[in-house]
Amino acid sequence: MRTLIFAVLCAAAVQAHAQERPIAFVGATLIPIEGEVIENGTLLVQSGRIVALGAAIDIPANAELRPVEGRVILPGLVDTHSHIGQVAGADMSGPIQPDVRALDAINVRHAGMLKARAGGITTVNIMPGSGHLLSGQTVYLKLREGNSIEDLAIRLDDGSLAGGIKMANGTNPLRPTPFPGTRGKSAALMRAHLVSAQEYCAKVADRKLAADKRPPRNLGLEAMCEALDGRRIVHHHTHRHDDVLTVLRLAREFDLRVVLHHVSEAGLVAREIAEAGAMASIIHIDSPGGKLEAMHLLPDNGLRLAQAGVLFAYHTDDPITDSRLFLRSAAMGVRFGLDRDTALATLTLNGAKMLDLEQRVGSLSPGKDADFVILDGDPLSVYTRVLETWIEGRQVFDLADPAHALLATGGYGAGRDSVATEVIQLEAMQ
Amino acid sequence: MSRLLLMISCLLLAPWAAAADLAVFAGRLYTQAGAPIDNGVVLIRGGKIVAVGRRGEVALPPGILTLEAAVVTPGLIDARTVVGLSGYMNQPHDQDQLEISAPMQPQLRAVDAYNARERLVDWLRELGVTTLHTGHGPGALISGQTMIVKTLGNNVDEVMVKPAAMVAAHLGPGAFGAENRSPGTRAAQIALLRQQLIKAGEYRDQQSSRKAEARPARDLEMETLVEVLAGRLPLLITAHREQDLRSALRLREEFAIRIVLDGAAEAYLMTDAIAAAGVPVLLHPPMARQFGELENASFTTAKALHDAGIPFALQSGFESYVPKTRVILWEAAIAVAYGLPFEPALASISSQAAEILGIADRVGSIEPGKDGDLVLFDGDPFEYTSQVVGVIIEGALAD
Repeated sequence: MRTLIFAVLCAAAVQAHAQERPIAFVGATLIPIEGEVIENGTLLVQSGRIVALGAAIDIPANAELRPVEGRVILPGLVDTHSHIGQVAGADMSGPIQPDVRALDAINVRHAGMLKARAGGITTVNIMPGSGHLLSGQTVYLKLREGNSIEDLAIRLDDGSLAGGIKMANGTNPLRPTPFPGTRGKSAALMRAHLVSAQEYCAKVADRKLAADKRPPRNLGLEAMCEALDGRRIVHHHTHRHDDVLTVLRLAREFDLRVVLHHVSEAGLVAREIAEAGAMASIIHIDSPGGKLEAMHLLPDNGLRLAQAGVLFAYHTDDPITDSRLFLRSAAMGVRFGLDRDTALATLTLNGAKMLDLEQRVGSLSPGKDADFVILDGDPLSVYTRVLETWIEGRQVFDLADPAHALLATGGYGAGRDSVATEVIQLEAMQ
Repeated sequence: MSRLLLMISCLLLAPWAAAADLAVFAGRLYTQAGAPIDNGVVLIRGGKIVAVGRRGEVALPPGILTLEAAVVTPGLIDARTVVGLSGYMNQPHDQDQLEISAPMQPQLRAVDAYNARERLVDWLRELGVTTLHTGHGPGALISGQTMIVKTLGNNVDEVMVKPAAMVAAHLGPGAFGAENRSPGTRAAQIALLRQQLIKAGEYRDQQSSRKAEARPARDLEMETLVEVLAGRLPLLITAHREQDLRSALRLREEFAIRIVLDGAAEAYLMTDAIAAAGVPVLLHPPMARQFGELENASFTTAKALHDAGIPFALQSGFESYVPKTRVILWEAAIAVAYGLPFEPALASISSQAAEILGIADRVGSIEPGKDGDLVLFDGDPFEYTSQVVGVIIEGALAD
């Protein structure tokens, strides 16, 4: 009975987002990512889903027609690593905090969320930072318009909110006690935590265990059970080649599903990454260095991964790069040798795979969510602008709207997302 | 005679001495000194441009080395950077762009801190930057001096164009004193600056006293500010908020000094006042992060300055993290994508930058008599997927 009510509620929630009347976007170049480019094509969406696309599809008589001749339609962009929404995770009380959830920290009205829509981003993995070995649970969102994190959340079949786990190694988590001081200690702390999680999860799963022998609920270890059984993907910040191998070693030992993030020295261990079957979420940075671990990060990182057969995606790491310039990352990949088709997949379908969402987003395919971007030209050209962003059949960004245009370019008031607190803070200090 | 000998020895030592004379053919040649030339050619001898024109109309010495590219532009000028003082590793040993032991240290010279072999210098050169206005960065009320160098050469003397270019100042919270030291407010910053400039004026007056005993001992800080008061060194004032930009204009009025605005994120709010003052702007990189002091920055500010007729140049600026430097070619591209026309954009990283920096007699355009600094592209310089296919500095083809 309880499940039934829950299912009904879920259905109602989906309907609240659904758009009933079909909409046909007519005359655009459709880049489906899966499948060939369709010139002068029509994209038909209804109830939040893609119904059909093609050069000659039947348009229902009641459909709203939207002429988009000369435009280019791309699937909504998927950003696998972002810090928009004023996200924060773990605090400084310890290096491993899997109980902390990004979803409890996010301000859905933060300007960064609105700017990401202006960049064509529709699905985003918002993560806590990399100053911890494990800084908390990440959250996968659709950038729908909404008042609460629940309005934006992506729900799994069981109704739970989709997300991963953020882990990091290398220099970022090295700090005074109780944080690790060396790489060896980092790995040892993480292994010890995973071992205790294995033991906890085994006890919880053991139906024969008497009630008084069952461990008390532990929110952190519960999340670790979801990582250990593969429901939660581990998003692992790592830069140096040896740190990358440490991640792969941990993943092998504990059977974790990992996505490698940043992977600045991927080129040195691309074969090992490919053999492990790991995916890589990388960033384009305009010059090498800025921190020692990124001293060898060059813009051909994506090319080297592609050549080794590693599936990779770009991410913004917003605010490291601006969500509004996400298309640029892939274009710069092309400048440094990547082929165009791979480049476009790195902004869409490849990212969806890293979030276990490829059945729902990442390509223009019938049955998938109606998440797409309307551009005024080649997605990989500097001169191309995002004109509109649609999520589940609803327009969430329109460059023709002056309020949206302000966010798209910046300008007076575009960045203001909190009250000025400096004076109050000064008074409070006295 | 001695002068002639000096010239010869300079030729032997200079990096272009080994470089042959060369001719560069361009499908489209943007000279930045008149309209672009289709099927153009540039002839370089002894490191200098000696002839520019249409292919076939310029006589070329037989057997001369030739290069060819779809598009050729002047060598690019980064109008404000800290590269060379600030290194790519971002560790204490390679960060010399800011010294915070005192709020005002105009006596700090860029020449004493520049690492010509810094990897970021190579990085920028490979992306078409041939001239850098580099030196002390933002972060202190007066952080020190700047200078102008070329990007090809092994030491600062070899690459020097102008050893003292400007004196760098910074208004706003980014230049408040560390650990609650003064200045801790905007008003305190201006009070300190005004007092110091007044003091420099008194020092100057006392130095010119007829009585030797009335002349104060040499003071390097005061000497530098006297150059500012005399208008020989412009005060390069980093300011982003409108109130800080207006304070900068007020200082200029009070002391009749030359100023150049740096950063200027909110300049679009007050283009009339900036244009009326005739003050040039070294605009923040369009991709500079739009938060903090730059929360109101816009991709469209370059266009706004252009529309208002304000002379401006683009800069890579200062970055404290990744990317450790921005690249003006890619920054100008964003300005173009957001409304700045092509040729003013190219001017903002070549001819216009040279004018503002006072080096237009040597660089910034492709004209006879100017340095042989060129960038070769395989297409539209601003398109994401175009490539820089060659960089020539004073006639030498850089790797």
